[in-house]
Amino acid sequence: MKIMVAIKRVIDYAVKIRVKPDKSGVVTQNVKMSMNPFCEIALEEALRIRESGLASEVVAVTMGPSQCLDTLRTGLAMGADRGIHVDSTSALHPLHVAKILRNLVQIEKPSLIILGKQAIDDDCNQTGQMVAGLLNWPQGTFASKVVLDKEKEEVTVDREVDDGIETVQLKLPAVITTDLRLNQPRYATLPNIMKAKSKPIKKFTPQELNVEIKSDLEIVEVTEPPKRKAGVMVSSVDELIEKLKNEAKVI
Amino acid sequence: MHFKRSDFKIIKNYIAEIGDDDVSYVLSTFTITYIRVEKEHGSEIVTNQLHFNHCFLFFTMLKFCSIFSKSKSKNLFLLRSRTKSTSRSQSSPAAYTFSRRIFPYSKHSSLLARVSISRVPPSRSFATDSEARDSIEYDVVVVGAGPAGLSAAIRLKQLCHQKGADLSVCVVEKGAEVGAHIISGNVFEPRALDELLPQWKQEEAPINTPVSSDKFWFLTKNRAISLPSPFHNKGNYVISLSQLVRWLGAKAEELGVEIYPGFAASEILYDANNKVIGIGTNDMGIAKDGSKKENFQRGVEVKGRITLLAEGCRGSLSEKIIGRYNLREKGGAEHQTYALGIKEVWEIDERKHQPGAVLHTLGWPLDHKTYGGSFLYHMKDNQISIGFVVALNYQNPFMNPYEEFQKFKHHPAIRQYLEGGTVIQYGARTLNEGGFQSIPYPVFPGGAIIGCSAGFLNVPKIKGTHTAMKSGMLAAEVTFGVLNEGLDMDMYWKALRNSWIWDELYKARNYRPAFEYGLIPGLALSGLEHYLLRGKHPFTLKHGKADHEATNAAQLHSPIQYPKADGVLSFDVPTSLHRSNTNHEHDQPPHLRLRDPKIPETVNLPVYAAPESRYCPARVYEYVADEHNQLKLQINAQNCLHCKACDIKDPKQNIEWTVPEGGGGPGYSVM
Repeated sequence: MKIMVAIKRVIDYAVKIRVKPDKSGVVTQNVKMSMNPFCEIALEEALRIRESGLASEVVAVTMGPSQCLDTLRTGLAMGADRGIHVDSTSALHPLHVAKILRNLVQIEKPSLIILGKQAIDDDCNQTGQMVAGLLNWPQGTFASKVVLDKEKEEVTVDREVDDGIETVQLKLPAVITTDLRLNQPRYATLPNIMKAKSKPIKKFTPQELNVEIKSDLEIVEVTEPPKRKAGVMVSSVDELIEKLKNEAKVI
Repeated sequence: MHFKRSDFKIIKNYIAEIGDDDVSYVLSTFTITYIRVEKEHGSEIVTNQLHFNHCFLFFTMLKFCSIFSKSKSKNLFLLRSRTKSTSRSQSSPAAYTFSRRIFPYSKHSSLLARVSISRVPPSRSFATDSEARDSIEYDVVVVGAGPAGLSAAIRLKQLCHQKGADLSVCVVEKGAEVGAHIISGNVFEPRALDELLPQWKQEEAPINTPVSSDKFWFLTKNRAISLPSPFHNKGNYVISLSQLVRWLGAKAEELGVEIYPGFAASEILYDANNKVIGIGTNDMGIAKDGSKKENFQRGVEVKGRITLLAEGCRGSLSEKIIGRYNLREKGGAEHQTYALGIKEVWEIDERKHQPGAVLHTLGWPLDHKTYGGSFLYHMKDNQISIGFVVALNYQNPFMNPYEEFQKFKHHPAIRQYLEGGTVIQYGARTLNEGGFQSIPYPVFPGGAIIGCSAGFLNVPKIKGTHTAMKSGMLAAEVTFGVLNEGLDMDMYWKALRNSWIWDELYKARNYRPAFEYGLIPGLALSGLEHYLLRGKHPFTLKHGKADHEATNAAQLHSPIQYPKADGVLSFDVPTSLHRSNTNHEHDQPPHLRLRDPKIPETVNLPVYAAPESRYCPARVYEYVADEHNQLKLQINAQNCLHCKACDIKDPKQNIEWTVPEGGGGPGYSVM
């Protein structure tokens, strides 16, 4: 059984984000990039499934410019068997990613696709759901526990939803997106990093996969969130009510 | 039978002679803790059983056991962290579990068992099992991907290509990526780079802002008095060293050097003949209490025929090596002296930006007894580097270098540049000021120390990058000779003495020590040196006290009132820290070790008013009231900027900076 994991190269979570002076986006030049934390968790889960003997191969997929190869190599160093790099310099929105993944699935034919629930740069939380929709596969999103049953060809996923934990049973092939509490990703060790250099990476372009990167979305402006204003001390309950009524206009 | 103080000393010295420092520290702490316990719980132990000779035998056996167990230093490394972290317990749980493992049936452990209050359930496994480590071998191992380390690696590969040899070179770097821990002024003198990579301009090195003006001001509270600039910066460039090092890293990889960021070299590996055979990286995935986490990963041994230490100023492994092989005595060197540099990169109003403008100041806000000053360099893209450097031999324990920097930014002549701008990054690092007098013998069996770990910074020029790079290149040339032609590594010392590094540092040797006599005599001698003598005098001034000894007791000074941060020009530490992109995996043992956990509350706080809570530019050290309203030291290791100021300035040298899990620490990109 093959598992495909989609990983994204994003700005490292510890970096302080700055908006470009022309407000067209966020400064990414000279900024540390690393693998999306949720994608790390997804890859870790795939590796654990393979190590328990239920899967034979883990393929890591990444899309973007050539620098994404660094992130892909990290994924290979963690333990993925093969890598696929879809080379594209234009901005890829979730729908493009989902379409590319669908076409890759037709080539690779995995039984399970695991993704992070969202990327920390755009916070879209759309790609996994879109992939499931395009492939017409069942989906288990916000997974906090994944149990695979190989004979029955089913996977049981505990989902973290607003009401609590929802358990769903999905028939394979299926799409799973991972949430924070699923597992703790492993460190890539030095020997593994060295071995990863020789693992194969296949290259594709969106054109080869018959996906047109045409965007219906246009980013108009990116600004910093408004600075939090200092709180105002009120001297009595009446004053509070008066302010809520007249200034904040919430009652 | 009770032990006298002199007995403690004898045991400590004996142990120090038979083993390496790690072992002696733990064993001596063990001894002293044990004996202290015995003193406190007098009647609970039968003291007759603990005869002096038994003690020697016991500890010699412990020592042999630790030699034979594979990962000895790792054991003691983690045990030390346990011993230090449980500062409130009267006994040492680590000693209890330590002896439990080595001597499960000894009567000594049962003695300890009666007394110790173990805070650790015996079922907890320590990440110190004798699980064997993977071992990888290279011809040359370089610790630190900075200017010196990368220059050495590049030079080695160049020599290999030239002479048709093949040497495998590995660089390990504790930062998450190459350049993440690199911070410097920086006005770059391309002398060494011209020798290393003469085509640097065509190869698009990030060196493109030549120095356009060179100013030197003496500041008073409200005025800036222009003085003739002592620097000759013509032909130099204003750069971001972090960017240059990233470029050097790419060049090194093109030549076939293997660079592994995110791996911290935490121990030196020795063979049976006390020769260095490589380094060991940290175990990863250890929790705060020492147990293994889900993602525990054993460190690896990276072995090299030659090991080059390029850790930068006050490198943790370099200091150990210098101590072990007595390299300062061997080189006839004095102690090293240091300064703490704190820096911010601002993006300013383009109307105020003059690319290549270089400014240095002296004077306000520092007093005449404290050596230090500021720098303000204009880079490209409307960015400026502004920083403040304070020599760490300052006497007033209430001095707060970070706050002095914030105060300095409010000076009318300085604020004019900053108004309307925003801070992009913040960082801090210590630098060497010992110069010529403090260069240790840089060769040890199995390798050498290069760059600022040895200390080649030219203090009056305030430049150390070019000499660090050159020292790396010289070491590479000698290493190539050693590995291919059977030469001796000691040739490195000779090569240094015959190079322009020596020349430069010799000429510059008296500038800094002159300031021991005060600001005015220092300036006077600087002037004399610069215009008349130029290094040609028969005497060499000595340094004053070591930095940690120079701090006066708090009662001799009064607290300094620093103005509150205004959030526009000056900022509080947490805001600044956020801009350094610093982070560490929080669930790991603190990497700042206290050799004696009692000293902060018994010495640092009452006698020196807790200087570590003031000089640390990351607010790692805080004294917080506990439930009994007693102030206790809290170490926020996660904030650490890896500047090493605490390792240098702690009055009792009680704080030991050790390397945390690789990948942690600051994330400098334009510093």
